[in-house]
Amino acid sequence: MSARRIFTAPARLAAIPPYVWMMLFFLVPFGFVLKISLSQTAIAQPPYLPVFGLSEGIAGLKASLAALSLDNFRLLVSDNLYLASYLRSVLVAVVSTLILLAVGYPIAYGMARLPRRWQGIAMMLVIVPFWTSFLIRIYAWINILQHDGLLNKVLLALHIVSTPVVWLSTDSAMYLGIVYSYLPFMILPLYATLAKQDPSLIEAAADLGVSRIDAFWLVTVPLSWRGVGAGALLCFIPIMGEFVIPDLLAGSNSLMIGQTLWLEFFTNKDWPVASATAIVLLGLLLIPLLVYDRLQRRQLEVR
Amino acid sequence: MTNLTATVADPAASDAPVIAYPTPLLRIDGVTKAFGAHSAVDNLSLDIKAGEFFALLGPSGCGKTTLLRMLAGFEAPDTGKIELNGEDIAAVLPHQRPVNMMFQNYALFPHLNVRDNIGFGLKSAGLTRLGIDTRVAEMVALVKLQGLEKRRPDQLSGGQKQRVALARALARHPQLLLLDEPLAALDKKLREETQVELMALQRQLGTTFVIVTHDQEEAMTMADRIGVMHGGRLQQVATPRQLYEAPASRWIAEFVGDINIIEGGITHRDGHRLTIAGRDVGTLFAIEPRHPVGDAVICVAIRPEKIRLSRRGPATGLVNSGAMNSLEGVISDVGYLGGRSLYKVKLDRGATLRVALANTARLDVDAYSIGERVAAWFAPDDCVVLVQ
Repeated sequence: MSARRIFTAPARLAAIPPYVWMMLFFLVPFGFVLKISLSQTAIAQPPYLPVFGLSEGIAGLKASLAALSLDNFRLLVSDNLYLASYLRSVLVAVVSTLILLAVGYPIAYGMARLPRRWQGIAMMLVIVPFWTSFLIRIYAWINILQHDGLLNKVLLALHIVSTPVVWLSTDSAMYLGIVYSYLPFMILPLYATLAKQDPSLIEAAADLGVSRIDAFWLVTVPLSWRGVGAGALLCFIPIMGEFVIPDLLAGSNSLMIGQTLWLEFFTNKDWPVASATAIVLLGLLLIPLLVYDRLQRRQLEVR
Repeated sequence: MTNLTATVADPAASDAPVIAYPTPLLRIDGVTKAFGAHSAVDNLSLDIKAGEFFALLGPSGCGKTTLLRMLAGFEAPDTGKIELNGEDIAAVLPHQRPVNMMFQNYALFPHLNVRDNIGFGLKSAGLTRLGIDTRVAEMVALVKLQGLEKRRPDQLSGGQKQRVALARALARHPQLLLLDEPLAALDKKLREETQVELMALQRQLGTTFVIVTHDQEEAMTMADRIGVMHGGRLQQVATPRQLYEAPASRWIAEFVGDINIIEGGITHRDGHRLTIAGRDVGTLFAIEPRHPVGDAVICVAIRPEKIRLSRRGPATGLVNSGAMNSLEGVISDVGYLGGRSLYKVKLDRGATLRVALANTARLDVDAYSIGERVAAWFAPDDCVVLVQ
């Protein structure tokens, strides 16, 4: 009993830093953003009102509190621009995640089936792109995809096309950029679950008269559910808020919510609306997280 | 190919039950399988008859699992043939063989419940929904898992998992059931109970069982015949009794059960009766095995429970006429094991014999104690003469 107590005390202490971290770097900034989202834009420094302060005493604080409103959120609902941006973000994130899954699963599966000593090398190859700056890699894609870029040169040289194709500033270019950038985030969790799978399960399936293809769908895929979920979340959530890739590779006729947020913040200098946009985005992103958590909980309950 | 069963027979084992089977269900003919430079199975031939309970026994790395995996179709032999019902199945894929395997770690599907695990292979066996339900219910009853159909593997005990694995392997009514160390993960008591159940089940179903095990007691208890493997080769194929009482080689004699080995040379031959000069033992009388050993350096193997101890020794007439071996020495160690005691006797000539005596009386008034002088005696019939 006493020995147990000795070990629990440091264990409990060790759990504190993550909470402190979350408080300092998530909850406190979130409080600021929430407060700004309830404020009104103003030509001032900072560019919104009211500003909380103790210079006018408790009465002033009360007045500031009363000045907060949900106007910005009403604007988000009433103006189609925002709704369209949110919908486009969801669409881009869903389509990208599906493409990533379709591309990443076979790669992860192949990696997990490699001889042990090759698996580490394959893993390195997946991670190696991170050694180069993300922005440089996206600019490299611009180089490849532009009018007289590498891709068009190759296509022309091979006589596959007779005039240069417009690649840049299209949705295809954006999807290419997103899939390219996020692929490691899809592959790594998938690889982790697939590599852990007991190969004797596939043998057992074969032994029980099930062909290799059926065994894949009946055994491998259901058992990799966790990896699929983790990979999809790791891709879906940041893609929802993606700003750089659509800004550099996609056309400008429709915006993702990250781009809209940028415009509000930097071009319109409307901090409150930008904050409200961010709060709603956060709310939207909680949905897939909650669904994943729910499914995982159900999985645990069955055990 | 030579039938290895016939190569070993001994007067001592002639009363062993000889089980008659019809034509072999499985014929393994000159099968070799190498991994790199190491040959796991080396030119191995074996017939297994329909309805037989056959055990492949050997230390780890002897090739027994590789052989089993070739029967299941997970490995292909480099050379040689594997015939099932007279048909070569070397090229038949695992999922098309009328053979099922019970895996050592059970390989239950963790995402499926007991019912779906057992029924996993039935759809591909061409059963209807109703047929599957009926068969699963049958199998659940057979292995006594009623009421656990909805449980997932991680909600089952080791023994229950073992039953699910068995039911799943039997559900497709295989002609041949392969069991890879099926009881290795169970504790001793459960293992012994399950051995009995497996034997009853095999008799009830009449399915041919081939079991791989490193546990000789398990093989002896369950199998009709045992094939002892070592270094990728079958060393002996025999009934449990033959294997124990008439081992074909010194290696088998030492691998199966406890035994005293006395090295020596034949000094006199009178018909079948041999007089042997045993190293550190002295003169021994033994019976020539069916396959004469010639004048080679031999060893005499004698099981500890075949030796008797007494303070005075057998009648001198018996010893002088060569009807009994008697060796004098001092008790050097006593190990009490409950049902029997294990004594070590340091012989006057130098060798040490291990002797096992049944503890037939509750009170130990007559037990031997360390330092006591005794005679260890045994009949020439109880000696196994082996070529070195």
